[in-house]
Amino acid sequence: MSRKFMKGNDAIVVGALQAGCRAYYGYPITPASEIAHAASLHFPALGGTFIQAESEVAAINMVYGTAGMGIRTMTASSSPGFSLKQEGLSYIAGAELPCVVVNVSRGGPGLGNIAPEQADYFQVTKGGGHGNYRLIALAPNCAQEMCDLTVLAFDLADTYRNPVCILADGFTGQMMEPVNVPLARPVPFDHTSWCVRGDAATHRNLISSIYLESADLERHNLKLDEKYRRIARDEVRFEEYQVEDADLIVVAFGIVSRIVYSTVDQARAQGLKVGLLRPITLWPFPSDRIAELSRRDVRFLSAELSTGQMVEDVRLAVEGRAPVHFYGRCGGMVPGSEELLAEYGKILEGGRS
Amino acid sequence: MKITEKPVAFYPEFVRKSGPHKETTHYCPGCGHGNIHKMIAEAMVDLGINERTVFISPVGCSVFGYYYFDCGHMQAAHGRAPAVATGIKRANPEAIVISYQGDGDLAAIGTAETLHAANRGENITVFFVNNAIYGMTGGQMAPTTMIGQKTATTPRGRIETVHGNPIRMAEIIATLPAATYVERVAIGDSKHIMKARKAIRKALTNQVENRGYSFVEILSTCPTGWKMDGPDARDWLVEEMTKVFPLGVFKDESDHREGAWHRHVETFEPAKRDAYLGAGEAEAKAEKLPLPAELHCKFAGFGGQGVLTLGLFLAQVGMRAGLHASWIPSYGPEMRGGTANCSVNLSERRIGSPLVDRPNLLVVMNQPSLEAFTGEVVEGGTIIVDTSVVENCPELPGRRVVRIPATGIADEVGTPKVANVVLLGAICAATGAFPLAFVEQSLRETVKKKDLVDLNLAALRRGYEHVRDAV
Ligand code: SF4
Repeated sequence: MSRKFMKGNDAIVVGALQAGCRAYYGYPITPASEIAHAASLHFPALGGTFIQAESEVAAINMVYGTAGMGIRTMTASSSPGFSLKQEGLSYIAGAELPCVVVNVSRGGPGLGNIAPEQADYFQVTKGGGHGNYRLIALAPNCAQEMCDLTVLAFDLADTYRNPVCILADGFTGQMMEPVNVPLARPVPFDHTSWCVRGDAATHRNLISSIYLESADLERHNLKLDEKYRRIARDEVRFEEYQVEDADLIVVAFGIVSRIVYSTVDQARAQGLKVGLLRPITLWPFPSDRIAELSRRDVRFLSAELSTGQMVEDVRLAVEGRAPVHFYGRCGGMVPGSEELLAEYGKILEGGRS
Repeated sequence: MKITEKPVAFYPEFVRKSGPHKETTHYCPGCGHGNIHKMIAEAMVDLGINERTVFISPVGCSVFGYYYFDCGHMQAAHGRAPAVATGIKRANPEAIVISYQGDGDLAAIGTAETLHAANRGENITVFFVNNAIYGMTGGQMAPTTMIGQKTATTPRGRIETVHGNPIRMAEIIATLPAATYVERVAIGDSKHIMKARKAIRKALTNQVENRGYSFVEILSTCPTGWKMDGPDARDWLVEEMTKVFPLGVFKDESDHREGAWHRHVETFEPAKRDAYLGAGEAEAKAEKLPLPAELHCKFAGFGGQGVLTLGLFLAQVGMRAGLHASWIPSYGPEMRGGTANCSVNLSERRIGSPLVDRPNLLVVMNQPSLEAFTGEVVEGGTIIVDTSVVENCPELPGRRVVRIPATGIADEVGTPKVANVVLLGAICAATGAFPLAFVEQSLRETVKKKDLVDLNLAALRRGYEHVRDAV
């Protein structure tokens, strides 16, 4: 490994290349554009493909085509562009194709602004497009994870033949940190059984999401559902900091988890027993762990760059056993340490649901 | 070969088809799709490409193309076939990619994808089945519906001023420089069919020979949508449709495009990627330098003064020292009006927030930044001020203010552009975070242009000495 100081957005491209991603399709949008910039430089230099598509819609469908060939491929965008990809994601999930989609999210709804927000949580974790499907959603909080979780994303996509979303935010995309560049690996997946490569071995295969007969479509949906249950059981990832004896467990992901991390020690210095639970997979959500923690005398606080989205999943996991609070900023406003500490104090002093 | 025979690329029995009748197509009697399918299958066999072919089924009556052709199939969303085709072809240029689309798919919802795939000159073949109506969804108006034609959504006939005019896609595509071959044919009488068969074969041959993008528009019948019987439909096609959609070749550069569109895909060797990205290189000498105190810094000034780069330099020095380091540019209103700032953290421990709201080191290169950020500096913190630019710099109780005419010094060294490096020297002297020699070495490695290294080193030293001597 070698250590390089790089932007989160660039680290995504490094991770993708080292994971064996061979084709990038995308459309520029702030604050995700550096991913396209880096991809346009590196993919062709290595003999891979970069196309600046005519739209986000076209980009995700180019991904569909390449994924159907059994080749690792990706696209990246930011919130408004991610919305445009929903149609394609539904088809890709329906046809069970592996691919990676990055959403370096920004403020919305609508055009919003280019500042970071986490208000695409619902869209990313609950489907977004039409029909019964799920994206595996990974939430990096540093440049190293932008790289490493991208590698993981490709493996998960191939394992489950499902699109995987990396939900980052403008901060994790724009900040620079040291990154250990992982070694490149050969792709261990053989997709001959289902892909369509344009060769004799695969020419009887069919990639499609159409099931005209109701019974067939139900069967297909149940099969997908079974897969999503397996993912929910086996792929939950999260990180904890000082939760064991915490009176207040702050649930936060992405950039907010970094800010919360900074405040945990400060809070403890003030005598407030605060801990951090950071979901790394937003779907599947670490519901079981939260449920387990909620069985003792504890309070939860969901801190987000939104008006309250992940908090619903926290509440579902807690099932009323413990108070669940919410603190959010949006539009590019981020909670400072002092602001958060004040909030912790307020909650622990008497509680305010 | 008569078109009533089944070419071998056409399955003898349609096992993927639902329902009991596995020998009949799902198309209505008199529908043009069946004939067009057979002509394509016939060409696939003659060219020996059926195992190499990937057929993209669109949304519409021909969504079930995979019932019939013995080749690879991908079904695409409405209008997106040319984008899917692009993804297929770029992944494997050896694949023969057929995008088979109806008029809604190609000329309404997928106009953008259609034009752009043609404009990129993708080495694919597009068969555009134009039957002037939406068949599958129940006979609504298509972009190609004729003026006066009655459909489910133009019950009084298509009216130019209300619904617009029928779109002539072949003519439009022919204007794009990258398109190789564009022809409009029809499956009316047998003469038409002969021409159609030739055009289909040519469009596929072009792809086999890597001659680029081919587009064949085929005027076709939809007796069901048109509410006509088969013979009437054929007559209407020949008599009415060809008036609006004239048959013929609109562009043909097949002869002088030989092989030009073959895009080679190289092997994607791990070793090559590692070498390219520098992964696996011996780690830069892992010097672990102790940090006297964590640094949470803010660098602010006008855009163009190099404040963001200054932060970057410091963070990189930190990384080389084996520390945790983060750098993040600001968002928000300070970005406007030419003012820029960034936050840098250096720590021996994992860094929490990369955003610095209470810096213990503030470096300011303009007056507005001084006013905006001094109040945030923690007690005991340090403020370094470029006094060449900032004139009013009051004493601040509990904060150490280091004054240095950085831009002036940089000017003396050679260029005001290295004022930020002068400040880097000042930071080292003021904080004692890194030995000068270590920063010099880092700078040597960081500054890309070799002829600028000495200039930078001089600036660094001058900044360092100025602060050291002032203390
Ligand atoms: S509706 Fe028209 S296009 Fe569709 S199968 Fe019937 S005749 Fe053919």
